[in-house]
Formats: sequence, structure tokens, C-alpha cells
Amino acid sequence: MLKIFKYSFFDLIRSRWIYAYFSFYLITAISLLYISNDLNRAILSLMNIVIILSPLIGTMFGVMYYYNSREFVELLLAQPVKRTAIFLGQYLGLTVSFSLSFGLGLGLPFLFNGILGSEEIGNFLILLLNGTLLTFIFTAIAFLISLLNENKIKGFGLAIIIWLFFAVIYDGLFLLSLVIFEDYPLDSFALIASIFNPIDLSRIFMMLQLDISALLGYTGAVFNKFLGTNMGIVVALISSLLWVFIPVKGFLHYSLKKDF
Amino acid sequence: MTRYMSILLIGCFVLSAPLSMADTLTICQTCPVKTIKQGLDKSKDGDVVIVKPGFYQEGNLNITKQITFLGEDFPVIDGNNNNEVLTINADSVVVRGFLIQNVGTNYLEDRAGININERDYCIIENNKLINTFFGIYLKNVSDCIVRDNLIQGKAIEEISSGNAIHAWKSKNLIIENNLAEKHRDGIYLEFVDNSVISGNTSRDNLRYGLHFMFSNHDQYRENIFLNNGAGVAVMFSRNIEMIQNRFEKNWGASSYGLLLKEIYDGKIEHNTFLSNTIGIYAEGANRLNFNYNDFEKNGWALKILGSCMDNKFEYNNFISNTFDLSTNSSRNYNEYIHNYWGDYTGYDLDKDGFGDVPYRPVKLFSYIVSKVDPSIILLRSLFIDILNFAEKVTPVFTPESLKDVEPLMKPVK
Repeated sequence: MLKIFKYSFFDLIRSRWIYAYFSFYLITAISLLYISNDLNRAILSLMNIVIILSPLIGTMFGVMYYYNSREFVELLLAQPVKRTAIFLGQYLGLTVSFSLSFGLGLGLPFLFNGILGSEEIGNFLILLLNGTLLTFIFTAIAFLISLLNENKIKGFGLAIIIWLFFAVIYDGLFLLSLVIFEDYPLDSFALIASIFNPIDLSRIFMMLQLDISALLGYTGAVFNKFLGTNMGIVVALISSLLWVFIPVKGFLHYSLKKDF
Repeated sequence: MTRYMSILLIGCFVLSAPLSMADTLTICQTCPVKTIKQGLDKSKDGDVVIVKPGFYQEGNLNITKQITFLGEDFPVIDGNNNNEVLTINADSVVVRGFLIQNVGTNYLEDRAGININERDYCIIENNKLINTFFGIYLKNVSDCIVRDNLIQGKAIEEISSGNAIHAWKSKNLIIENNLAEKHRDGIYLEFVDNSVISGNTSRDNLRYGLHFMFSNHDQYRENIFLNNGAGVAVMFSRNIEMIQNRFEKNWGASSYGLLLKEIYDGKIEHNTFLSNTIGIYAEGANRLNFNYNDFEKNGWALKILGSCMDNKFEYNNFISNTFDLSTNSSRNYNEYIHNYWGDYTGYDLDKDGFGDVPYRPVKLFSYIVSKVDPSIILLRSLFIDILNFAEKVTPVFTPESLKDVEPLMKPVK
């Protein structure tokens, strides 16, 4: 597995895509820092970008990478290598290289702006963690989609729909149900509903850091317990990790069954 | 001419009085006068009574003469958790340099560390009041000065606690540089007119840091309100000036930096609102001017209800607030102009420092949150951003006329 991981990792970090991804975050971070001149506000803007873009890039590139390396995978499958090793190696190669370019792209400008000594370091780490987790989650989902679909067009279509669903549609339905069932106690529902969407989970991380003043204005006891204590962070983190684990488990499981 | 003569006469009288008849009385364990009670009995108008360091537990002490009552190195006067400590029933009394402690809680009478009872011209300064029910209680007094006191309570719940500085039906007070903490209200003013409250720090109080009721023509400035149940409440008052105060970390479900209710013709300038759940909550506030205030990292910088009219918000900074403004009305009777809004995305082509596109501080989402509380969990969702954008283009739910037509491009310094 390590060999395959190494191979796809070094293959990827030489590719144009990774450089493009890296320079995108580099330029965005530099310009945001330059414009706002304030670490806190730059982090805030970046959070908004990251929770939309990381899942999008994760899904799209995951699908693309799988379809492109299909012949290579078939070649490997003919060798005495475990199937899980092949797919896990490729998955890790992809996610690690993307997370690295994401981390460096954001990290370098902030490092030069003195993030280490400032009190915003916590927020910045949350930002990095969010981006990395989202990449891991959505790449896994992308692998699952492409393993399930031989047809490239179908795979891409599904990937876009999945991204759109989690990024926008889910929240729309969520809000709609909150408005419709306004008369009922909705605290627990709201919290559970946000656990079922990885992008919402990342948002909760972010809110706990940045909007705590507003969140504490809400009267619900369940909310207050969840948001006012460390429990919120712990639950959100565990659920995020589950969100990585389950799709990975899923595509590994399916890769064993699949007839290539 | 007669006016000058009378001033001269009064001046002569005031100057000559202490010269002719003032005595100094010293109280200590080894002196001829051993207890404060004896000392107070022996003193006469105009005397200086000095208390040497020591522990004095003598029940309630009643000052009935116009004396200057001085403590040396903070002698301790203890109330034994049972009674009021110092009651002042004379004009022009000065109390300085005491440590007054353990005032008993009582549900029938308002016991205080220092109680000034319908007398004028007192000076209460540089005292420490520890473990008090009410700290300093001014009942129907005028021209009093309360300054440099430290008042520390033990409040656990609202019903069984008193206020650090409590003034009722008074006028011309000066309350400055006090530290009031762990009481019900830090400073409570009811029917108090023409007074100045400045440089105080009020923190960790259960209810309000500063509480105005039915008080007019007062000014409070350069105070710090930190971590109170609800910052400052100004209710049923007119002509209050609030200048250069700091409102910080007033967190909670019904917690405000500043609560304005039924208030007219005030001035709110150069204040800082930092990290409050709600910066300013206004209900029935009319003809107020809000200028040069900083609102930073609040949940809601402003909550201005529909009952507010003719207020003007100019040259304020709104930076990193979750919501800049929220209202419950679809009409707007207030004016917002020349403010700096951190979320403003417009441009300034003619370079006059004002944005060319109006800014709408009320977001659709703040309207939704006010209707359905738990929806706050969707804050910063892309879906919400899309909704907000749609509402911004064609306002339906938010007041159409509520906008800053000339938002500043750079923060006010």
C-alpha cells in the first residue's frame, strides 16, 4: 500500500492541478490579507471559500483521478496486490497531496503575516482542519461514486449533484423544515440534521470560533449545552471523522466485490 | 451686588468655622476614646474624627453631626452579618478610608454598608466595602460625591441581593472611579437627576452594570461594564448622555451591552461594544444620536425595534458582527448614514470616501432567525448567502427604506 501511496503521491505533486490548487489558495490568502489587513477577517473570508471549494475540488478531482488512472488500476489488479491496498493507496495519495498544497497555500502567507504569535492561531488551525477534513470526506465520496459508475458522464454528473446537495440543497430543505415545524421544539432536530451534512459540520466548527456571542443569544437548553461547552467541538470532530471513515469503508468494501 | 456680598459672607463663615471650633478626636484601642460609638457621641459639628487601625464591631453606627470621619490604614468596621453598618443622618459628612464589611442580608429593609439618609453634601471616598448587601445607599440626597470606592458583594441570586451603589430620588451626584462587583446592579439610579457617573468599573453583577430608571439629565462616561448579566439598562429616562464607555462580554439569552427602553433625547457617543450577544437593544427609544461608536464581534450589533423613532446613527463602525442590525418592523423611522459596515461590498468610483451603492444592514437571515430561533445553526451557509443576496436585490421582508445611502469606505478613526 505504501508503495502505491508513494507512487500516486509523487505522481500527483508533479501534476499541474496541484500547482494550480496551491497557487489559487496562495493568491487568495495573500490578496485577502493584503486587502483586509486583519488576520481575523481574512480567516473568516477564507472559511467561507474553503467550505464551498474544498468539497467541490475534492469530489470533482476524485472522480477525475479515478477515471484517468483506471488503466493503471487494472494493470495493478493483475499483480498479486491486495485490492484494498491499491485503492487506499491511491486515495491517500490524492488526499494527502491536496491537503498539503492546501495547507501550504494558506500557511505560507499567514506565516509571513505572523500567525504564530497571534491569538488567531486557534481559528487558523480550525480552518486548516476544516479544509483537510472536507477534502478527505469528499474525495472518499468521489471514489465511491466512480467505483459504482462505469459511465464517466454519469459519475461526473452524480459528483456535481452530490456536491450541490450538501453545499446548498440540504440547507434549503433544512431551513424549510425548520420553518414548517416552527411550533415544535426543534433544538435536537437542528443539531442532528447538521451532523448529517459534513459541510454543516465544518460550519459549526467555524461558528463556535467566530460567532459565539450570537449563538449564546439563543435560549434553547440543548443548544446552549452543545454550543456553550466543549461538547460541541468534540461531537463535531467525532462526526467529521465518521464522515471520513464511512465512505472510505464503503469504497473499500465495494472495491472487493466489484468485477473489473 | 448683594449676590457677591452674600457669597463673600458665606465664604467667610465657611473659612472661619473650622478655625474657631473644630476639634480632632482620635479613636483607638489605647486612646481615651475606645469605641467609635463613644467618639461619635462626643463629637460635635465640624469635628474631625480619626479612627486608628483596628477591628470595630459595634452594631449600627449613626452619624448625626457634620463631621469628617477618617480611617487610618483602613480600620475594619464589621457588621457581623446582622445590621447596617454606617448610617449618616447629617449634612456635609465626609467618610474616607474605611474597610466596611459583612452587611447582613435582609428582605424587609435595605441594609447598606454606608447609608446616607435624606442629607446633602456628603463625600464618600476611598473606602472598601466587602461582603455587602447594599454597598452605598443614597436616599433622597443631593450634591453628594461617591468616588474611589471598592464595593464587592457576594450576590448569588437576584432576589436576595442588593446594589453596589444605590441612589434614589437624588440630584447633583458625582459617582466616579468606583469598582462595583458581584451585586445585583453595579450602580442603580432611580429618580436621579443632573448627575455624573464616570470612570467606574462595574463587573460580574447579576443584573445590570448600570441601571437608570426615571432619571433625567444625567451623564455617564468612561465607565467599563464587563461580564454583567446585561451591561447597562437605561429606562424611562430623558436627556442621558453616554460617552466613551466600554461594554464588553455581556453574554446570554437576554443579555445586552446597552438596553434602551422608553428613553428620549439622549446622546450615545464614542462607546465601544465588544463581544456582546446584543450590542444595543432599543425599544421605544426616540430622538437619540448614536455617533462614533465601535461595534465589534457582537452577535447582534443593534436590535432596534419598530417602536423606535427619529434616531440617528452616524459615523459608527460595524466590524465582524454576526448581524449588524435586526428589527421586527417592516418600516423604518430611523436614519442610518455615513457608517462603516464591515460587510459592505460596494465601490467608490468618485473617491469621495462614501460608497456609491447603498448598504442594507438588515439581512433576510436575521429576519428568519427572529422568527425561527434554531435556524441560527444555518449561519454562514451558502444557501443563506444566496437568500440574503436575493433579498438584497429586491427587499421583500426587510424594511425597504432602511439603508445607509452613503456608507463609509474606511472605518472611522
